[in-house]
Parts: sequence; structure tokens; C-alpha cells
Amino acid sequence: MAFLELSGIQKRFGETSAVIDFNLAAERGEFVSFLGPSGCGKTTTLRMIAGFEQPTAGTVAVDGKDITRRAPNQRNVGMVFQSYALFPNMTVAGNVGFGLRVRKQPKDRVAKRVTELLELIHLPDKADRYPYQLSGGQQQRVALARALAIEPQVLLLDEPLSALDAKIRVILRNEIRAIQRSLGITTVYVTHDQEEALSLSDRIVVMSEGRIEQIGSPFEVYNFPATSFVASFVGTLNVMTARVAGAAEGRLVMDGQPIRAARPVTIAPDGANVTIAFRPEMLSMGEAGANRLRGTVQDVTFLGSIVRIRVHLASGATVVSVDTFNDPNLTVPEAGAEVTISFPPEAVLVLEAPPAATAEDLIAEA
Amino acid sequence: MTAASSLTAPGAPAARPGRRFGFAWIGVVPFVLFAAGFLVLPTAYLLTGSLQDTHGQVTLQNYARLSEPNLASAYAASIEISLVTAVGGGIFGFLLAYAVIAGGLPRFLRNALMTFCGVASNFAGVPLALAFTFTLGASGLLTPLIKSLGITLNIYSKTALELAYMYFQFPLMVLIIAPAIDGLRRDWREAAENMGATSFQYWRYVAFPILLPSLLGTTILLFGNAFGAQATAYELSGGTINIVTIAITRQIRGDVVNDPGVGYALAMGMVVIMAVSIGAYSLLQRRAERWRR
Repeated sequence: MAFLELSGIQKRFGETSAVIDFNLAAERGEFVSFLGPSGCGKTTTLRMIAGFEQPTAGTVAVDGKDITRRAPNQRNVGMVFQSYALFPNMTVAGNVGFGLRVRKQPKDRVAKRVTELLELIHLPDKADRYPYQLSGGQQQRVALARALAIEPQVLLLDEPLSALDAKIRVILRNEIRAIQRSLGITTVYVTHDQEEALSLSDRIVVMSEGRIEQIGSPFEVYNFPATSFVASFVGTLNVMTARVAGAAEGRLVMDGQPIRAARPVTIAPDGANVTIAFRPEMLSMGEAGANRLRGTVQDVTFLGSIVRIRVHLASGATVVSVDTFNDPNLTVPEAGAEVTISFPPEAVLVLEAPPAATAEDLIAEA
Repeated sequence: MTAASSLTAPGAPAARPGRRFGFAWIGVVPFVLFAAGFLVLPTAYLLTGSLQDTHGQVTLQNYARLSEPNLASAYAASIEISLVTAVGGGIFGFLLAYAVIAGGLPRFLRNALMTFCGVASNFAGVPLALAFTFTLGASGLLTPLIKSLGITLNIYSKTALELAYMYFQFPLMVLIIAPAIDGLRRDWREAAENMGATSFQYWRYVAFPILLPSLLGTTILLFGNAFGAQATAYELSGGTINIVTIAITRQIRGDVVNDPGVGYALAMGMVVIMAVSIGAYSLLQRRAERWRR
């Protein structure tokens, strides 16, 4: 049996369904991220685990015990809030030791645990500071220590890094993961940042409009998206429409040019339209790959470690992004140049019936 | 090259413009004039007057007379009334504000309460005394009803005065404490619960300490507000109740007892009490705001 189990969770606010048929089984020590856009129900689900919201239907169980109807203060679940939620009237030590004090732990045990945790979060010299005397990153570390002080069975983190600047975010997320690994604590992490979810998680739950779109490892979610939503939300993706020319052989026609998928097309018959996708980094300039498309360079964008080249395909209707690693010796084509782009059959992901959007819109950036 | 630039050595820092009179200070002039005319000068006048006898000779006798039983009891009564109405109005106002703002009641109730409090907190002096008399006086609107319930209320008593003061004290508390209650974040409560705290523990360790400076500060302000009230008490009791503001009136404008020097000394005592109140309020507010950074 899984350590944290959410079964058939539903949550309605009046006429609005915030979470629909949510099922998840997380193992002890697993790091699971809920990933999705704003309003997809990820925070509501987290709050149901914490007990701040009651599910309309379904159960939440930790270590085999049903905690669905337990009050938040009876759950032994630690939570780190997006806004830190540190008590402004208490010092760092007061905040970290709060959970133990209200549990009537002996003073010396509280002091010992506070010292341990402040060392864990690399703030041993800040015990007597007040929250307003700390930076955002330090405050979030204290919030993490406070949540860990009570030795919770499950740790919940609600977009804990969203208020921090990019560099601190990367440092802190690595620290969170290291601490989580060292303590072996089952963790649920809510984020809308795909990079955070991909870099931190053992598994990712991608959500949209209250439903689970896909549950899988970062590798699976990124490389084998189950739906066009996942494909477009996780990573940068070229999503476009193609016609099935030979389903059994994986033959397709896109923008009037033949291409081939690595697997047979099973979701549509010959002649039907399907949505296909491929990652920009799977494409290359030149004729090295088995699939080739001709087009005209629309523009070239320098993105630091990568260079993105956008190509109008021959018909002019479809734009494809091609990513290549930055290199001082890299020669990039000028806008307007005629080019050939190529990619292997493995790069082609056949998803589902095509969405009703323009080709331009379908160059999705999560 | 201009003559000015040729005089500046390359790489030398640019000359800083000298401090000049800022036009922004003109905006402060009315306030300075007002404060000088209605605070500093009267206080200086009171201080001077309190240190003179009826012949203009310097004396401390006026201050010595403040220990006389009738004057000391005026202070005692004023302090008692101010304390009772500050604490009573403070508790009642806080509970009311908390119920309406954070108690999950409909939003329209909050708007209605705030509008009422805005009006009621300024409804003091003669209009309040008259309204009180018309409602609860000998021939008041509600007097027969109250009598039929077996309650006797003498509106010329200290208790009645306290009741009348409560009418503007608790709305003032509501208006001033509302932003502090708004500042109590939901996630503080959730964080406390998440760590195992009961509702009582949340209030004991988190919410109450956070609100305490605001609560104390506002209560001090209510104390000062009641201490300085004169018109309501004078109109309601006809000047018979012995509180400091009425004692001052008697000493300065009275026919029976008339000693302006003592009146000024009484007023200086009030100035000191009010200054201490405002100082304590500012100190507590600063502490409350430190936490809100």
C-alpha cells in the first residue's frame, strides 16, 4: 500500500469543480510535484491533504490511515506556504520551535531540535532575528525548518520559491531536494514552473482544469507526453497538424511534405488528421535525419545556452522552432535563407485529434 | 567648451548643488501655523497662567492645590470614566470588529458597520447629550420601557455618563482596529494549525501578540479621547458631575469657585496625561508597524 494515497478526490466550490477524480499513490520518501497553470486545482488538492479544505468526495490516507475528516492540527503534515507565513512576533528560533512548543515538548528538546534545524538550513547564527530582518530566501529556509521541526509524515510545499529571484530559486530548490533526500520524507510540491518540477521530482502530476492529465517521471512526462496539453505545457514544443498517409508504417504528411514516425499510428485511420509534436532540440539544420522539411528562416533568437531558429515551412503556413546549442563557432542562417531541417522518426510524437488553433499559436511555450 | 566646464578638472566630481529652500516646505506652513496657534501657544499660556497667582506673582500654589479633595477627586473620576469607557469600548469594539471583519459574516454588514462607526465616532458633545436625554431622560422615548423592566437609570450619574461615552468610544475602536484585524493573515492561522496548534494556542501565541500593540495603543487613544471630553458631560449633567474638564470650566468661568490659576494647573495636568497617552500610542503603533514590514 502506498504511503500517501488520494482516492477519488473531488472538490466543488458551488457550481465550480476545482478538482475532479484525483487519484494518486505516493510511496514513502517519494518527491511528487503537482504541475499545472494557475487555477488547475493543484493548490486546492494540496490544501485537502493539509486539511484546510474538505474534499467533496474521496479520501486522503497517510500510512494506511484515513485522515480525510481529521482537523489540520491532528494530521502531522508539515506545510511550507508560498508567502512563508512566518509569525512576525517571533524570532527565527521561536518560529522553528513553535510546533514543538504547542505539542508541550520539554524546553531542552525544543532548543536542541531548533539548533539542529537551523544548522540544516545553514542559518545557525540567525536564531534571534525576526522575520523582517531576513531576506526572502532566508525566510523560506526558516519556513522549511519550521515545517520539518514537528517531524511530519508528509511535507507539503505550496509554490515555495515563486516569490524569490531566479538565482536564489535554483540554490534553494537544490537545498530542498537535498534535505528531502537526507530525511527521506514523502513530499508533495506544488509549482507552475516546469523546470522546478522536472529538476526536483521523482514523479510529476500534470494537472489542467481540475483533472490529472498525466502522472509520470520527469523523463516520461517530457519525452512521452500523454496529451497535447502536457506536450504544450511541459517544455517548448512544436505542435502541428498532420494527415495520416500510412498508419501501419507511421507515415504522415505535414504541410505537404512526407514524414515518418517511429511507431505505427494507432489513434486514427489513413486519411485522418492527427496532432503531432516534436521538441525543438530534436530537430537539426541540414539533411542528417530521416525526416526532412524544407522552409525559409523567419528569425533567429539567442537564448543563452541555446539558439532558436524559427523556420517557415514551404507552404508558409507552419512555423517550426529548431534549437541548437550555442557555440562560439556556430554558423546560423540569416533570416530569409532557404534551409532544410531534419529529425529522426523517434522525434515525432503522435498525440490526438488536432486542436482548433492556428499553426502559429501551436508553437507552445510553457 | 563653456567657461564653466573649462574650470572643472577632468575626472573631478561634479559640484553638488547647495541646499536650497524646498518649495515642499510651503505645504507644511499651514500645519505649523495651526499647531503653533492652537497647541503651542495655548499650552505656553496655560503653563504661564498656572505658575501665577491672582496678582500675577510666580507661585507653585496652583499645583499644590491639585491635591485638594474636590480637585483630586475630579482627576480620579475622569481617570475612572476614561478607563472604564476605554477598556469597555475597546473590548466591545474589538469583538464587534473581529466578528464583522474576520468572522465570516456577509460583506454588507462590514460596510454598514463602518459607515455607522464613521458617523457615531464623531457624534459627541451637545448632540449626543441631547440624544441621550431624549432617549433615556426623565421623559425619554425608552424610559417607560426601561422602567417596566425594573431598571432605574439616572442619566446625571457617572454610570450614565460612561454609557453615553461608550456611544462614541466603541465606534472609534472599530475604525482604528479594523486595519489591524485585516492585517491578520489567514496563512498565519493555517501555519499554526498545521503545526498542531489549537485555536486557543493560535490566539495565545500568534494573533493576540500581533494585535496587542494595536489594541493597547487604541485603548490608550480611547482613554485620551474620554479624558478630554467636556461638552457631552457638561450638557448631560448640567455641570454637576465632578470631572477634570468640568472642574476646569468651573475654575475659569465659574461664579462660585473662580480661580483661573488653578484651572490652568488642572489643564496642565490634562496636557501631561494626554501627552503621555499620545506618546504611548505612537510607541506601540511603531512596534506594531515593525512587524508588518
